[in-house]
Amino acid sequence: MVSIQYSSPASPVGHADPGTAAPARTAGQTAAGSAAAPGRQRITLKVNGTEHTLDVEPNVILLDALREILGLHGTKKGCDHGQCGACTVHINGRSMNSCLLLAVMQQNVEITTIEGLAQSAGFEQGQHPVQQAFLEHDAYQCGYCTAGQMMTAAAVINEGNVEGDDVSLREAMSGNICRCGAYKNILEAVQSARARMTGEG
Amino acid sequence: MRGFEFEQADDVQQAINRHGSSDALIAGGTTLLDLVKLDVMQPEKVVDVSRLPLKRIETLEDGRLKVGALVSNTELAKHEIVMRDYPVLSEALLSGASTGLRNMASTGGNVMQRTRCPYFRDPAMPCNKREPGTGCSAIEGINRNHAVLGTSEHCIATHPSDMCVGMVAAGATVVVEGSQGVREIPFEEYHLLPGETPEQEHDLLAGELITHVILDPPRGGGQSYLKLRDRASYEFALASCAAIVNLEGDRISEARVAMGGVATKPWRATAAEEALKGQPATRETFERAAEAVMQDAVAYSHNGYKITLGKQAIVRALRDATAAARA
Repeated sequence: MVSIQYSSPASPVGHADPGTAAPARTAGQTAAGSAAAPGRQRITLKVNGTEHTLDVEPNVILLDALREILGLHGTKKGCDHGQCGACTVHINGRSMNSCLLLAVMQQNVEITTIEGLAQSAGFEQGQHPVQQAFLEHDAYQCGYCTAGQMMTAAAVINEGNVEGDDVSLREAMSGNICRCGAYKNILEAVQSARARMTGEG
Repeated sequence: MRGFEFEQADDVQQAINRHGSSDALIAGGTTLLDLVKLDVMQPEKVVDVSRLPLKRIETLEDGRLKVGALVSNTELAKHEIVMRDYPVLSEALLSGASTGLRNMASTGGNVMQRTRCPYFRDPAMPCNKREPGTGCSAIEGINRNHAVLGTSEHCIATHPSDMCVGMVAAGATVVVEGSQGVREIPFEEYHLLPGETPEQEHDLLAGELITHVILDPPRGGGQSYLKLRDRASYEFALASCAAIVNLEGDRISEARVAMGGVATKPWRATAAEEALKGQPATRETFERAAEAVMQDAVAYSHNGYKITLGKQAIVRALRDATAAARA
């Protein structure tokens, strides 16, 4: 188990208005044994199999912790209000909107981001079948929503409690908005990945 | 986003003791964090109740189904007893939000969901619900999405939940616990009409929290939830109807009808139920029931269409529930 320690940026992520503060990307190691600064809480997040120790204010959102403290930029911030799905990650295998999760509440769970999707499904090298299918079917245009689309698709296929017809998959994927309108190819990619992962044609 | 203190509660008593009137509880967080980011909610302290032991679904000896407040919307919708005995609730849940949000949102949190009125969500605008006494921006504003039933001169915001509409149709009890003990509140009485005090949205006293929702024994019959909206998925209802129809031959022995999207609280359409009881299960009967519900409706400048749409939702949901009852 790899374990890494960080302290959150001096300008707290949780207080920064989007677009007004320069993102602080330098995360210093927390001095071993020292307590968290007043107003901050020391937490451990397990992200893509690696434990990270962070000192954060309680209002830090998981999405911001992933992007601004841990430097995992694959997960995207779109609407920041649970209306677009760009920030979708897996919490214990289930798809969730990381923009509406508090980092301090995500201890003792397995957090998977797009960077760890393949590895989480046992593909140590190379791509997850969903990633492969998105490439093969050209299932994106600008790509901003793609990580979220793939995270939802992988969870929906894995959970296996959604029917495999187009209507059911579109419904299951409806929380992921694509402003380019690449839905046709996204659906084809999800169907292709589903066939590969479930063995159904 | 503004800062707040944070505490975690390990049991119900801690949760009761630790939250004061200016604090907020957090379970799934899908409403709270959205509204804190908008500065609509400004809690001094947020108490994490997500670890309380309220995650079970169990059948009681009297045939009712006891649902823990922390059961997620996904778990509840996909639970085999709910799918079999309360299909209207399962359908309602699955018509709401998205896969990701349903995985996060809790049963108790859905009951406590706040309105989507854009004036409530914008701190720059007057809103009696958010800031009592400042006025209602919707009554003279863009009110296409607002309510036609249960409104007052102080607030016309709709209640946004689909789950609650399914629960009103199925019949349910909200169980709350506070320092004074446990109270059981009929689901229909839990949410309050705006009246003179739109800021008071429910019958929950300071310090109390929801621990369970108990569904009435299954009503059988045919059940249907119909949701009409601007896009086919991931959108709030303009009008929705939950219907349960029990037949004796070709006549309706009992019906339950509830509505969403058109009212200021999850709406039990008792006028429809009375118009249906003992009548033949025909389109004419359904239309009379729909008329009975909407005869008290009040339209504002942009939402008059909801009276027509609401009637159509009732007729179509009753048609589908009747077909299911015959199947």
